[in-house]
Amino acid sequence: MTGASPTVSLEMAARAAGRSPWQDAWRRFKRNRAAMVSIGVIVVLALSSILVPALSSRAIEDVHWDYLTIAPSLADGFWFGTDVNGRDLFVRTFYAGRISLAIGVLATGVALIIGVIYGAVAGYVGGWVGNVMMRFCDVLYALPTLFFIVILVTVLGAKNILFVFMCIGAVEWLTMARIVRGQTLSVRQKEYIEAARAIGLPTRIILRRYIIPNVIGPVIVYVTLLIPVNILIESYLSFLGLGVQEPMTSWGLLISQGAAELENAPWMILFPATFLTLTLFCFNFIGDGLRDALDPKDY
Amino acid sequence: MLSYILRRLLIAIPTILLIVVLSFLIITAAPGGPFDAQEGGDIDPEIIANLRAAYNLDKPISTQLFLYMKGLVTGDLGPSFAFRGRSVSEIIANGFPVSAQLGLSAIGVGLVIGMLFGVFAAMRKNTAADYAVMSLSMTGIAVPTFVTAPFLALIFGLYLKLLPIAGWGDGALRNMILPVTALALPKIGVIARITRGAMLEVSRANHIRTARSKGLPESIVIWRHTLRAALIPIVSYLGPAIAGVMTGSVIIEQIFGLPGIGRSFVEGALNRDYPVVMGITILYATLIIVLNLITDLIYRVLDPRIRKD
Repeated sequence: MTGASPTVSLEMAARAAGRSPWQDAWRRFKRNRAAMVSIGVIVVLALSSILVPALSSRAIEDVHWDYLTIAPSLADGFWFGTDVNGRDLFVRTFYAGRISLAIGVLATGVALIIGVIYGAVAGYVGGWVGNVMMRFCDVLYALPTLFFIVILVTVLGAKNILFVFMCIGAVEWLTMARIVRGQTLSVRQKEYIEAARAIGLPTRIILRRYIIPNVIGPVIVYVTLLIPVNILIESYLSFLGLGVQEPMTSWGLLISQGAAELENAPWMILFPATFLTLTLFCFNFIGDGLRDALDPKDY
Repeated sequence: MLSYILRRLLIAIPTILLIVVLSFLIITAAPGGPFDAQEGGDIDPEIIANLRAAYNLDKPISTQLFLYMKGLVTGDLGPSFAFRGRSVSEIIANGFPVSAQLGLSAIGVGLVIGMLFGVFAAMRKNTAADYAVMSLSMTGIAVPTFVTAPFLALIFGLYLKLLPIAGWGDGALRNMILPVTALALPKIGVIARITRGAMLEVSRANHIRTARSKGLPESIVIWRHTLRAALIPIVSYLGPAIAGVMTGSVIIEQIFGLPGIGRSFVEGALNRDYPVVMGITILYATLIIVLNLITDLIYRVLDPRIRKD
């Protein structure tokens, strides 16, 4: 083999310059067109959810008496139509996006914090303490997610979104804890952890500086896949009347109102359902893309 | 094998006990009681006190828990607070068959169609047909049931007038088609994706190469050897999924007005009808544990390597 091809020499140059595993992952991720497009769509959706209600001259609770249950029309200025109370669905759909996306992200944040801490401690401490901690997880696993959330929501009398996302997060951390524990157990055996312990670093610092950064890959993938799950749970709750309450609104609540008026006003369900589905699609594509990028085994 | 089953059942008992205690504590810790709505109204406070005494609500939590456990051992899940004169066992006995029939049909449909899709896509890996089937599956997963269900009802019920849009009709096929379809769509998506992934993973294994090189026809390689190994991840998905659908899809039962236990559960939670909520939660937890055991037993049949332990 004489004379390497240009691409090979480029690869070698890159390797010589030192490319971190994260840069490798990013390169693989960029090649995944569905995932890249999905990121763009999510960014546009998030931005417009912030900007549209802020910039629109109509507020979500404004009632337009002359335009009750109007089909979408450009002439009237009601691009997504109005609901039975004459409220502009264009503003409402984007406003609902704010709430749904925020609850999805915040609930995932809560699950992330609980799951990572619980899993890392169970995996790092190990022994019977770790086992007891994971047995407790197994017990909670036998409780149905949606059931458990419904109980929490009704028990806490949650009528504001703060409680809703806390409840979702408080139930959805189990898988996260399992993933983190599994990763921690495998990292724990490594020489560099032994070295860190040998030089007398406290457990707290070993966890934060060496264990957590090394288990972060699968966690990122799971987080991206948990966000759409949580958005869906929020919309289930709102659909059942247990989640977001009027005058606030979310995609689930809009869909529930639209489902009730399906015969007279099919547009009422069409727009929030499309937005919700699009969001779920995109997060799933991003999650798949991240998994392929961070887990090069498949290549 | 028998000792393995016994061991697993022994672990299951404390697990269920812990779930009972945990959910009991969460529920009773809630501010407000089942008779709050009546309180402060026209009803004599004495009557409320009598009601509370009749349901043992005036006793300390530990006594209440003990009494509940005592009933549980004999299979008595207590009376319903909201539906006077009906026991939780009756409510479950009425609703569970509906939910189970609905859920198992949906899983059955999802399994057959999902696996066919998955095998089809795996055999045509990275072709247009593969992408088409997989996008369809992704759609099935991403579109929530409470969106598909109203649209199905609208199209087949109201516009085409082919099928009833609501009601159970004692489980008649006509009444089952729409709810089962709505429930099965996401299952088809998930099972198709799992099947495809597992088939592709297994197709690289040595025993598949051996099967091909000894000249077995492709159909036998796929259906007997590859699919059998690919069944393991499908089985592990099915365990919790079956428990999930059997205890009732809250949303589907709500939309199609079906008398299953999913609806009883939500109504119970809203009415503070704790015994109903507890009863259904315990039923679900027990189902999950039993189905997980069955799943693990099926693994042993499918994968000779696991049998050795």
